[in-house]
Amino acid sequence: MTSNTPILKAQAIQKSFDGNTILNGVDVVLEKGEIIVLIGPSGGGKSTLLQCINCLVIPDDGQIELEQQPIDFSNKQDLYRLRQQVGMIFQEFNLFDHLTALDNITIALRKVKKLDRNTAEKRARLELEQVGLGEKGDLYPAQLSGGQKQRVAIARALAMDPKILLLDEPTSALDPDLIGEVISVIKNLAAKGMTMIMATHQISLISTLADHILFMENGQIVESGTPKELLAKGNVNKTQGFCDRLNELATGEQ
Amino acid sequence: MPASLSVIVDSFPYLLQGTLNTAGIVFAAMFLGLLIGIAVAVGIVYGKRPIQLLLSTYVWFFRGVPVLVLLFLFYFGLFSYFDIGFSAFTSVTIVLGLTTGAYQANIFRGAILALPKGQFRAASALGMSNSQAVRSIILPQILRMSIPAWSNEYSIILKDSALAFVIGAPEIMARTQFVASRTYQHLPLYIAAGILYFFLTWAGVYALNKLSDAVRIPGYSHNGIQE
Ligand SMILES: Nc1ncnc2c1ncn2[C@@H]1O[C@H](COP(=O)(O)OP(=O)(O)OP(=O)(O)O)[C@@H](O)[C@H]1O
Ligand SMILES: [Mg+2]
Repeated sequence: MTSNTPILKAQAIQKSFDGNTILNGVDVVLEKGEIIVLIGPSGGGKSTLLQCINCLVIPDDGQIELEQQPIDFSNKQDLYRLRQQVGMIFQEFNLFDHLTALDNITIALRKVKKLDRNTAEKRARLELEQVGLGEKGDLYPAQLSGGQKQRVAIARALAMDPKILLLDEPTSALDPDLIGEVISVIKNLAAKGMTMIMATHQISLISTLADHILFMENGQIVESGTPKELLAKGNVNKTQGFCDRLNELATGEQ
Repeated sequence: MPASLSVIVDSFPYLLQGTLNTAGIVFAAMFLGLLIGIAVAVGIVYGKRPIQLLLSTYVWFFRGVPVLVLLFLFYFGLFSYFDIGFSAFTSVTIVLGLTTGAYQANIFRGAILALPKGQFRAASALGMSNSQAVRSIILPQILRMSIPAWSNEYSIILKDSALAFVIGAPEIMARTQFVASRTYQHLPLYIAAGILYFFLTWAGVYALNKLSDAVRIPGYSHNGIQE
């Protein structure tokens, strides 16, 4: 890409659970405005990598730098600061069940950013409107559809003004007819220049949004390149094969 | 008026004061137990190993030793040994508070573990500190979930409070026994005592049901299952 200094640099990330190596020396370099898409077979370590990047899972080894600032994994304040600047979207939404859509957004604004209630609510309403849910602020998660929940989750993350957004299969838990509304919100974000790393099997997101594709398998990045490089006609590689299968699935469904 | 009725009428203010004392003991003990229970549950789930061990030992001790033994242990043993002058009232409150604290810790611990892991994770991902996540996200949910079990615990502690008569705390049971030993009207008096306990149980459980309704999360039923 460009010669910009990267906004995020993860180097030689290592992680094991119960003696099983889940991430085995993974490097990710992300530039401002760039969209990296993570693909690969189930269990390959995509979720673990994303959670290592914002230290929801602390790497056993390796380095993470956000805007040239290395993160000290043993320093809680460092971790909290990192997470404030890196938003995360989960497959299963993880909205706070006891709070309205609006308060799902205001809670971190008030507790973490220390905004007063009025300012927080104004911001929250703005973000809800951005994802097309301006009218739904007073509803509780149990009263929202899956697609609406995920859009609230996106609004919640964006309200924190993250420098980077991590998305872990944001459409995988959705009924097929609800995927579209979430995809269009994500495409909007991309159009506005949001910096993202996204694990997804959604072929329309991969092909239209990815600046860079990382193919993960057995805890390692086994292929890496732009969609042009990896998905050129006649290419034979894992990414190509994987996307071909996703394509077949996608057309098979319609 | 038959003697059995007149003794009730005559001793009514005395027994009523006993009822208020019982209510005072039980409310104070439940409140103490609530604070202890929350702190211990959070410590056991999120704390470091030594803290977990220490708190688990507390829970096991108070679950394993009968309230009567604890009362004697504290009132006649510990407090007099160290020459601490706690009244019978205070002693009962502390013993029952520590006991229900252990049970409440188990209630809350179970509720925390039943909450989907994603709740804490999402709070962390927004940059909340661990204690902010516990206070703003975990506790409001698990306390709601725990109201039915808490109401159960209330009725148990209410009935356990009757044991306080052995150290002479001025509650329902002690006062009933006092009047009965002077008037020999055991039957009507203990029926009255039973009714007073029943009334306190009913009132508490009723209030907690109302609370449960008031804090119910829209879209969820009482047991937290999505409607
Ligand atoms: N907390 C954990 N404890 C133990 N093992 C874990 C834990 N988290 C993940 N794993 C294991 O790590 C491996 C990689 O999981 P991960 O969720 O990162 O894969 P993934 O690429 O996201 O897969 P999927 O496409 O199914 O989401 C799996 O084998 C999983 O069982
Ligand atoms: Mg995953």
